[in-house]
Amino acid sequence: MNAGPVLPGRDDDPDRLYTITGGRSRAPSVAFDLVTLIVAERQPAPGMQSEHVRILRMCEAPTAVVEVAAELSLPVSVVKILLGDLLEAGAVTARHPRFAPNKARLPDLDTLKQVLHGLQRL
Amino acid sequence: MASNGSDLQDLRPAARTPLRATADNALKIVVVGGFGVGKTTLVGSVSEIRPLNTEEVMTRAGEGIDPAGSWGKRSTTVAFDFGRITLSERQVLYLFGAPGQERFWFLWDRLFSGALGAVVLVDTRRLEDSWYAIDRLEHHGTPFVVARNNFGEPGHTLEQVREALDLPPEVPLVDCDARDRESGKRVLIALVHHLAALAGADAAALAEPGEPGTAAPAEPGTAVGPDAAPGPDAASRPDEPGEPTVPGAPDAIYEESTP
Repeated sequence: MNAGPVLPGRDDDPDRLYTITGGRSRAPSVAFDLVTLIVAERQPAPGMQSEHVRILRMCEAPTAVVEVAAELSLPVSVVKILLGDLLEAGAVTARHPRFAPNKARLPDLDTLKQVLHGLQRL
Repeated sequence: MASNGSDLQDLRPAARTPLRATADNALKIVVVGGFGVGKTTLVGSVSEIRPLNTEEVMTRAGEGIDPAGSWGKRSTTVAFDFGRITLSERQVLYLFGAPGQERFWFLWDRLFSGALGAVVLVDTRRLEDSWYAIDRLEHHGTPFVVARNNFGEPGHTLEQVREALDLPPEVPLVDCDARDRESGKRVLIALVHHLAALAGADAAALAEPGEPGTAAPAEPGTAVGPDAAPGPDAASRPDEPGEPTVPGAPDAIYEESTP
């Protein structure tokens, strides 16, 4: 949990996070899950905020929100705000998790089979 | 690079393992336990990527990230690790190692709602660290299995552990070595069996291949190799007289490999 180099962005002061999000701290209108997969739909444009540039490069292949956060060393909620910007601008698309727990919070059998088969192939 | 001043790029490890372009659905399993119990080790042993760490900052107060409108005010930072397993062309499973302490739990719904289930990793030297986690999972209605991370010679039988944890008989309790991939894998498989049992599916139903088009590409014979068939004692050992008989659980699943 404490392994790895200390990178800027982690544990640093609130002011910096505030700057990165342009002063916003509320959640974006789109609800991103930790594991929503983000896919870049265009190349970074000149003059783009550096975090946006990095997200677009990273998301050339589908990348989960939580991986983006880890790569950027930013809190998940900050990353969600940045992703909200990109989504609104059409620069990324989001593949949200399909599994929504039912009343009993149980996945369907087909999902379980796929998980099982995937694990067995490990 | 069109960057306005960040120098972070050069500090990041270059080698990310990207997901397949076809990946479109991610699932979550949460590994929860006390500090130092081996959550990261377990995640790392089964993950296809080196476990990554990230954090979330939220206030206790409300729905938003920080209803007061500024970072840092009355906020709590919770760090967690994660890894991933590609299940098929389209599906990927994320494993989260989450702290079990009290201050973490108000984030559970926001971070881990929609998780398939949880693994509570316990260290028998500090069982009390797990009580709270088990209590909260029951409260949240998240299905879970308990895995004892066995560092060396076990000082207790699993039955003793079950009693000490006051674990309901229907909750599976398994032994594991978090450092070992096969062992970690068996813990996750035990959770899948438990979920299937809770859903009322029997082992035979679970062992059938998935629906064409949605499941992993059908590769009969490769899906279950020799190393995936550890035999009936994988999930229930002789020293566990009280190991629960979950309907549709452990053994049968390993038998699907027989061509």
